[in-house]
Amino acid sequence: MIRVIDYKAGNAPSVMHAINRLGFKAQFACNASELEDASHIILPGVGSARATMDSLKEMDLMETLEAMVLHKKVFFLGICVGMQILFEYSEEENATCLGWLKGSVVKFDSSDIRVPQMGWNKVELTQSPINTPCSDYFYFVNSYYAVPLDNADIWGTANYGGTFTASVHRENIYATQFHIEKSGEAGLALLGGFLQC
Amino acid sequence: MLTKRLIACFDIISGRVTKAVNFQDNIDIAPAEQLAESLYNAGIDEIIFYDITASSEKRRIDIETVKRVAKCVFIPFAVGGGIKDLDDMYEALKAGAEKISIDSMAVRNPQIITEGAKAFGSQCVVLSTQVKRTDSKPSGYEVYIDGARIATGLDALEWIKRGQELGAGEICLNSIDCDGTLGGYDLRLMKMAEENLSIPLIASGGAGKPEHLRDLFTQTDAHAAIISSMLYSPRMDRNYSSGELKEYLLECGINMRR
Repeated sequence: MIRVIDYKAGNAPSVMHAINRLGFKAQFACNASELEDASHIILPGVGSARATMDSLKEMDLMETLEAMVLHKKVFFLGICVGMQILFEYSEEENATCLGWLKGSVVKFDSSDIRVPQMGWNKVELTQSPINTPCSDYFYFVNSYYAVPLDNADIWGTANYGGTFTASVHRENIYATQFHIEKSGEAGLALLGGFLQC
Repeated sequence: MLTKRLIACFDIISGRVTKAVNFQDNIDIAPAEQLAESLYNAGIDEIIFYDITASSEKRRIDIETVKRVAKCVFIPFAVGGGIKDLDDMYEALKAGAEKISIDSMAVRNPQIITEGAKAFGSQCVVLSTQVKRTDSKPSGYEVYIDGARIATGLDALEWIKRGQELGAGEICLNSIDCDGTLGGYDLRLMKMAEENLSIPLIASGGAGKPEHLRDLFTQTDAHAAIISSMLYSPRMDRNYSSGELKEYLLECGINMRR
């Protein structure tokens, strides 16, 4: 079962629409037992890293999520803040995050670019099990971005006042800073690749 | 770097897209989801959907139409009309919209901007506003509400700056004078607005030719442009696809998503 974590503040409904469009069936997960049958777990996100971490704790999902993704190696896709919380720490509200990937989340320097970044930006994606190398436009809304410590985790990069990491991939874990569900056919193609894993 | 965005605007009455000139005489175009899907397939970057009779009919936004549109477009989708409180915002977001546009209600109750931004994030809150030229305000423009019928006494520039301070993530600025004239955007207004904002500006009102988009994007730092008549109004000599508009703008050296 494909499970979309729904913490009642994010864009889970849009993600569900995109999954359905691709011909897959999925269910929302609001508690730990609903994650236990997952083949794929998708964590959408808006708001802050701290708010997302707090929601996962309040919903008592943390332990099951870690067991499923880190030990059972269930396919995982984090979107937007759902990518940021994979790292150890976020500058935004000094949030301690999951730490599944080494590195931290920092703010764009607003001295010469507008923050948040809001719009379509070109991403250079390297090869992964779900895509061939490509360059395409994806939709971003973010003030913060991840800085992975291990370059091997970097899956895609884009430019906004400098190069930043737009997506990461490590083993069964995928994550995109851009809104894969709102990035037109390019986003649907990547999402489709992930769901076919 | 980011591309400029072309945003299709839908004025919805009873689930159908309509087109008015100067806020009058709406003519019927197509069911909302049908037009949305065809524009999505043609490469439009974003859609804004206004339920234009919700406020005057004192009802909530037409959530069923929001849902139908959300199921067939996979680009950012903003909705407005009849949004009164956080519950209305939440219902629209749950139906699949990404952003909520607030207009007259924000003038009546500016706190709704802050509450919406706190609950769902600034990126969800688009402050849309209708402004008209006047000599009686410092910026030269006054804010109107309720379908551009009622003058508020607010200075346009003061209002959008305040909207930004209150937490809006984008400003959608419509020139009542230019709306429906097909004579081009009010470039003076748009330039003044973007120079005074740090959040993105969506320019609205007046697009009738591809050159109008070129002028907007080369003479101002507006991030996005609302187009509607050019895309689908039967009153135009010809309509343009978003694809051909983008090809033209790319030739003019403007960064667009292909």
